[in-house]
Amino acid sequence: MLEIEQALVRFGDRRALDLVDLALLPAETVAVLGPSGSGKTTLLRAVAGLQRLDGGRICWDRADLVAVSPHERRFGFMFQEYALFPHRDVEGNVEFGLRMATTDRAARKARVDEVLELVGLTGLRARRIATLSGGEQQRVALARALAVSPRLLMLDEPLGALDRVWRRRLLTEIRSILDRAALSALYVTHDHEEAFAVAARVAIMREGKVVQVGAPADVWRAPVDAWTAAFLGFGPIVRAEVRDGVVHTPWGPIPARARGAAGWAEIVVRPDGARLDPAGSIDATVLRSTFTGTRVEVEAAAGDGPPVTVVVAAGDAPAVGERIRVSIDPGALLVYPVPAD
Amino acid sequence: MTRRTPLGRAARCARVAIPVGFLALFFAWPLGAIFARSLRAGALVDVVTDPVLRRVAWFTLWQAVVSTALTLAVGLPAAYVVARYDFPGRRAFRAFVTVPFVLPTVVVATAFLALLRPGGPLEFLHWQRGIAPMLVAHVFFNVAVVVRTVGGFWANLDPRREEAARMLGASRFRAFRHVTVPLLAPAIAAAASIVFLFTFTSFGVALLLADPAHATLEVEIYRQAVELFDLRTAAALALLQIVAVLAVLFALARVQERRAVAQRLVGAADSARRPRGRERFVVGAILGVTTLFLGGPLAVLVWRSLHVGAHWSLGSFRALGSSASASTLFVSPWAAVRNSVEFAAIATAIALVVGGMASVVIAARPGRATRTMDAFLMLPLGTSAVTVGFGFLLAFEHAPSGLATSPFLVPIAHAVVAVPFVIRAVVPALRSIDPRLRDAATMLGAAPRRVWREVDLPITARAFAVAAGFCAAVSLGEFGATLFIARPDWPTVPIAIQRFLARPGEINVDQALAMSVILMLLTVVVVFAIERVRVRDLGEL
Repeated sequence: MLEIEQALVRFGDRRALDLVDLALLPAETVAVLGPSGSGKTTLLRAVAGLQRLDGGRICWDRADLVAVSPHERRFGFMFQEYALFPHRDVEGNVEFGLRMATTDRAARKARVDEVLELVGLTGLRARRIATLSGGEQQRVALARALAVSPRLLMLDEPLGALDRVWRRRLLTEIRSILDRAALSALYVTHDHEEAFAVAARVAIMREGKVVQVGAPADVWRAPVDAWTAAFLGFGPIVRAEVRDGVVHTPWGPIPARARGAAGWAEIVVRPDGARLDPAGSIDATVLRSTFTGTRVEVEAAAGDGPPVTVVVAAGDAPAVGERIRVSIDPGALLVYPVPAD
Repeated sequence: MTRRTPLGRAARCARVAIPVGFLALFFAWPLGAIFARSLRAGALVDVVTDPVLRRVAWFTLWQAVVSTALTLAVGLPAAYVVARYDFPGRRAFRAFVTVPFVLPTVVVATAFLALLRPGGPLEFLHWQRGIAPMLVAHVFFNVAVVVRTVGGFWANLDPRREEAARMLGASRFRAFRHVTVPLLAPAIAAAASIVFLFTFTSFGVALLLADPAHATLEVEIYRQAVELFDLRTAAALALLQIVAVLAVLFALARVQERRAVAQRLVGAADSARRPRGRERFVVGAILGVTTLFLGGPLAVLVWRSLHVGAHWSLGSFRALGSSASASTLFVSPWAAVRNSVEFAAIATAIALVVGGMASVVIAARPGRATRTMDAFLMLPLGTSAVTVGFGFLLAFEHAPSGLATSPFLVPIAHAVVAVPFVIRAVVPALRSIDPRLRDAATMLGAAPRRVWREVDLPITARAFAVAAGFCAAVSLGEFGATLFIARPDWPTVPIAIQRFLARPGEINVDQALAMSVILMLLTVVVVFAIERVRVRDLGEL
């Protein structure tokens, strides 16, 4: 299985991969999650052999891959925006890897049928790539990567170029295809919902480092640091002082749930942590409301901190300028002590 | 990419060494021979102080300026119509305008002789050979440059700018004057400089259409070298010419840098529309006059070649194979046709291999070394054909006899001229390939050589086909260099035509016309046939 040990890639002075460790289990999908420029794609390219390592090693079944050329690794790669061959039709794209492996014509045809059926494109064999929709192109790319039965499948932002409806639909499909093929997969994305939906484990990357690896639920429950929490869509990072079991936030005091020493800390509130509460201790003024379909996100100014976001049902939104009372669930308050300088 | 095998490294070295070595041997060395000869014992001083040669220099400059101005006057209206109006046959008209540009100079010269000679439709002008036919032929040749360069740019200019000016209260004329003209200026300047360069180094047209009293520098170099055997003076003139051409190229680059304005360009289809009302007459008139001007001479050439005296006859073509002409010629005209076709095939093959290798290197890694190589390989563009031929004469006259007398010097010289065109056609195509396509092929199990065959080659096949057509056209029509180096017993068609024209007598002119028609058909067929080759699996990109 794949093992990445202390992988290092330098681009000039910058470390695109900074001593990355990561291992894959058989038939496991790991999502590599991070903002753009965090080194996700570099990690995939290094595993593929398209990017040379400046340090560390990448092994398959304990054997170092350094001497194995990319075209001999038998790894599947689905590129961002797919990189389909514009001069070949759907069939020409899907059978490409089989031709390279000199599979005979009849076997090739049978395998192409099989994977086209798997991704639901049986009718499009002879279509030119330019005439396909984004979702169809995405599935051709997936079929092309799967056709050669790779040992490992790498997907680089496979849904990045699609609109919302297609994203949701294809996400489910990709997951079921990966399950059925019992493939190990590395799935790169910047979208945490996508990562959580598709992967058994998530590796979060920041500036070339893997900062946290774990099951989606564990990562969501306990992001390793304030930056990770903010990246997962938790509230803004705010500085607060912890004293006598109470967190003194800019919005007011909140009882501290977690153990931890007194002193300065960075705090982050979960998306669902603040709610409208007539008995709440926080006095706030509504700045604006954003209608998102099933609910309304209300931003309200409180104390001398950044606005607090409260999610309410679509019918319950207060008017702009209205005074409201808000409470923050102590369990939804993540506190990260700041090391003393 | 990642690993480098010894074999891969050797291939990479070859891709740099072969093109650079080829041009060093067959371009830099001949040019060096000219330099060496021209720097001998005051040749330059003699040339600069000779009043006759100074007159030649001034005349060359003068005729180039006048030709350029006339070409702009004829070409700009056509460029406007092609860029801004949609009319039936628009694509055909654009292709038609390009035809004279790919035609051999000798064919164009013969066509104008057919127009003006006794019995021709323009006999009443009594022009015969002189300045006027030469200037008109220059315009005929170069209209395509203006229509393609300016028209192409104009078509992509966003017409909404002009509309915005109209909404701000500018009249149609003022909107054109203050918005469109300044935006077009760089394209017009570029077209004008290219036309200037072509006419400044005009050889075939000047030699065959102007009278002997009006020689351009090119003609004078030829005369000094071949007729008067004064290699020293010829070399000094060639050096002057190279310096002048480089100065123009340098100025052109500067102008383009300074005038470059970032602009939003739109697809040509957006800005073209059907002409309305009075516009229809203007558009129709411009199209009609341009078509008559470009098509007339060629039609007359064909028509005259099919006449003997006042009667329809294939006699001129039949006479090509007869022994009557063989007594004064070393070889039959049909042998010249065969030579031309063979030379064109060899020159095209050499240019595609050399230019293709260089393109791969230039496209793969941008950087200083690559840019230097690119610039070096472009130098033949700025060098006239006569200079190349004369350089060959000087450089290889004492070469091992196998090379000095080899008929293969001719296709090699043609390839030197054609290599820059191959590079200019193929490099952009290679650069347009998304590098991830190559990565995708690699990840699907294609070894580096296979990636090239499966991705790069099919995607650039069209560019290679266009380049091949252009190489073949260049080789078939090449006149200036060939005149210096073709062995008397291995003439090409242009050389055979020139020999017919150089001899007195009606029958010889008739045969020159017939051969010109053959050469014209050959060129058009080759260019269009190669461009039409449908490459398997090739999609639109």
